[in-house]
Amino acid sequence: MSKIGVFICHCGENIGRTVDCARVAKAAGRIRGVAFATDYKYMCSDPGQSLIKKAIADHGLTGIVVSACSPHMHEKTFRKAVQEAGINPFLCEMANIREHCSWVHERNEATTRKAIELVRIMVEKVKRNVPLVPVRVKMTKRALVIGGGVAGIQAALDIADGGHEVILVEKEPSVGGHMAQLSETFPTLDCSQCILTPKMVDVGSHPNIKLYTYSEVEKVDGFVGNFKVTIKKKARSVDIDKCTGCGECQLKCPSKKIPSEFDRGLKNRTAIYIPFPQAVPARPVIDREHCIYFLKGKCKVCQKVCPAGAVDYEQTDEFVQEEVGAIVVATGYELYSVGKQGPYPERLGYGEYGYGTDPDIIDGLQFERLASASGPTGGAILRPSDGKPPQSVVFLKCIGSRHPSKNIFFCSKICCMYTAKHTMLYKHKVHDGTAYVFYMDIRSAGKNYDEFVRRAIEEDGAVYLRGRVSRIYRAGEKLIVKGADTLSGAAVEIEADLVVLATAIMPQPGIETLFQKLGISYDGYKFASEAHPKLRPVECATAGIFLAGCCQGPKDIPEAVAQASGAASKALIMFSKDEMLRDPVVARVNENTCIACWYCVEVCPYKAISKKEIRDRKGNLIKRVAEVNPSLCTGCGTCAATCFSNSVDLDGYTDEQLYSEINSLMAVGQDLFPEVEAEAEGKAAG
Amino acid sequence: MKYAYYPGCSLKGTAIDYHTSALALAGRLGIELVEMEDWVCCGASPIHQRNPMMAAGVANLLLSLSGEICPRIAVLCAACYHNMKKAEVEMRHDKKKRNDVERISGIPFNPEVRTTHFLEILEKDLGLDALKGKVVRPLSELKVACYYGCLLSRPPEIAFDDPEQPTIMERVLQTAGAETVTWSHRMECCGASHAVPVTGAVLRLVNDILLSARDAGAEIIACACPLCQANLDMRQAGVFKEFGMAHNIPVVYFTQLLGLACGASGRDVQIDKGMVSAEPLLQFKNLL
Repeated sequence: MSKIGVFICHCGENIGRTVDCARVAKAAGRIRGVAFATDYKYMCSDPGQSLIKKAIADHGLTGIVVSACSPHMHEKTFRKAVQEAGINPFLCEMANIREHCSWVHERNEATTRKAIELVRIMVEKVKRNVPLVPVRVKMTKRALVIGGGVAGIQAALDIADGGHEVILVEKEPSVGGHMAQLSETFPTLDCSQCILTPKMVDVGSHPNIKLYTYSEVEKVDGFVGNFKVTIKKKARSVDIDKCTGCGECQLKCPSKKIPSEFDRGLKNRTAIYIPFPQAVPARPVIDREHCIYFLKGKCKVCQKVCPAGAVDYEQTDEFVQEEVGAIVVATGYELYSVGKQGPYPERLGYGEYGYGTDPDIIDGLQFERLASASGPTGGAILRPSDGKPPQSVVFLKCIGSRHPSKNIFFCSKICCMYTAKHTMLYKHKVHDGTAYVFYMDIRSAGKNYDEFVRRAIEEDGAVYLRGRVSRIYRAGEKLIVKGADTLSGAAVEIEADLVVLATAIMPQPGIETLFQKLGISYDGYKFASEAHPKLRPVECATAGIFLAGCCQGPKDIPEAVAQASGAASKALIMFSKDEMLRDPVVARVNENTCIACWYCVEVCPYKAISKKEIRDRKGNLIKRVAEVNPSLCTGCGTCAATCFSNSVDLDGYTDEQLYSEINSLMAVGQDLFPEVEAEAEGKAAG
Repeated sequence: MKYAYYPGCSLKGTAIDYHTSALALAGRLGIELVEMEDWVCCGASPIHQRNPMMAAGVANLLLSLSGEICPRIAVLCAACYHNMKKAEVEMRHDKKKRNDVERISGIPFNPEVRTTHFLEILEKDLGLDALKGKVVRPLSELKVACYYGCLLSRPPEIAFDDPEQPTIMERVLQTAGAETVTWSHRMECCGASHAVPVTGAVLRLVNDILLSARDAGAEIIACACPLCQANLDMRQAGVFKEFGMAHNIPVVYFTQLLGLACGASGRDVQIDKGMVSAEPLLQFKNLL
């Protein structure tokens, strides 16, 4: 006979205001199998927990039901308390009478009755609970970092400095990401490359970091602590060990007219190329889509001039396997593609601004390249069309962000700041020029950020106009920008030499395929979702996978770096233990009834079920059955729902437990609310 | 290819040349345009401002007229297209609106109907390759400024090309061998019906558009809207009086140019209807 203890929590006023907790306790005490029931103001507090421990000792309880908030909130707390009193923690369950009852109902009779029913359901379940022991899993103390931008670099360096091996995978030929393309950074105007390149060099030379550039994650198997990752090393066509990085090949390559990705098309590159001088590794790669040899079958100039004999046209894509315990996703962003439909046809471009049809209408990163000392103009701000310094530049904010009619509702966060920076960079180089900014709001929350914007306006004289631009068209040398100044209520027409569109941060196109491989969720814009927006901002709902940088949402450099260090420390916390405990809620197969239909094998999303053969002592095959690997199983229950012969059960959620919960609700004719009825009878008699 | 053809009022009056040239062109391309019976005015352009429900009701009536001919409707006038397509899209996606319109007009909405602009028919249904095969007299060395005005590609919900940077007319005319110019005012407003009450404003707008076309090196302007054609063509005399600028640039319908390219005569496409005559230019280019 079970001896269940029921503990009703008032949660201060949260439950007590709507539910008559004393009555619930009284009713619970009359349920068959309940040995003790009481209520208390704060069950999760120290005295509350002591109350539970004391009742266990006094009444010899065999199961506990805490009727309070959601198990998400305090299940751990109560299970720990119960364990301290010497009872298996999985014999303790919570009946949620806060989120599922008191918060969503008015104070009345029905609410209290519902609370009693919720308690009764859980008592029926706990009667059938069995002690479970957590599964122990070994921890592989190596980390995979996907993406070699500033966030990925920071996460990799932190984990490596913590003494653990890191695999860093970057899809481009060099690490550095978008930060390497920037000229100067807000709010201090220090040179972006100067602060980033030392970190890039560190990543390239750190003994604990294994760098895979020009590589992509192909496949992810396994689970937290034991991921098996397949990495595709794309054919570089250059032997990275033989190559000395002298650059002779890129000087002699005859295919010279390919728009450089690093310079955002403002400059051309060759088919064999090092993306930028500070690249890590400083080794070239052959772009097979443009290489004359790969297109036409002859040329081989780079092979002839290479003094080290490093050019290898026969190289093929290579696949390597790595085992890691934790994964940091730092895949970064791509700018909203203006004027093109881009990968998201539901978000149309900005045809009215003529981007892509006029060389003097450029996006934010193109302006960065124009202003950068390593850029196509050597840092002089010159118009792409004729190479003259522009006398007036118009900046348009919120391109691809906060635009409901284009189905984009989010704020890209960094554009207000980078536009203010652009106006300053421009004014510092073209003193007699005028910078105009069309804005909707100025969002400059951040340390020293608003001061920076004020400086752009007050000291450097940027002209801020509140309103949007309707059209841009060319009239001879000039671009005519037609817009509205909503503060004065006037229509504005500005003759500009250069127009810069402050384009928004968007996730990398096609990044959802990687997220699907990792099994992590993402929002409608394809930004990765964190486990909790406030309290678990760097973790994914999938255990062992962490987020860093703009793959999760728009961020500036300090925020991306902070999040990367947060993700790294989460991984290091995991690595501080040799093995980890996993929830024992896993599937179990009844080998006596299993009919070996293998439906469970097919439906299991985690590949945790395998086929097992049962043999007698002589080795004769008796039967084939399904077998669950408890360290792979996540307890999702798909197999249990699928099983034809009812042979699969989930520990802690067996069919017997669930049916008894339902039956307790359906118990027709049973004396459901004895004390209420007794009262009613008493009144009738009186 | 068979379509239910809705000409609209302008094409039977001031823009008869648009109607005639479209039929001449369609005949040569094997496109059958069967005029709807008993059609009425679509209400352009004041109706959707005055009473949006009535606008949708009228459009629903027009859409229903296509029933016996073919659910695909061909429209030439930009304003008619706008009114009919907008109602069609709204009724397809907004159940409440559809119920209201059906109740008011007393006609059930047929979700099969598709309002299509003639340009879209040329590019998507016929195909540019097929069009190219029918060209017997390429419009070579004819510098054309394609003018869309405000209504043809907007709003985005009903656009059949990029709503802010459409190039469908360029693509179609280039297929016929024309040299299309890149110019700035292809989407600016011509002033539309303000020509009557506020003529001065319209003259300024027309002058800007014509100047921009000429600066880009255009010899002729192609358009797809009766009101645009009327304003740009007819107001050139007024522009001369007001601003002293004699533009003398012919403004024709794209169907007229395509008709000529496909072998129709100047008479077939009524090329002589314009106030600024296109004939000297086209004769010079050996197209007449």
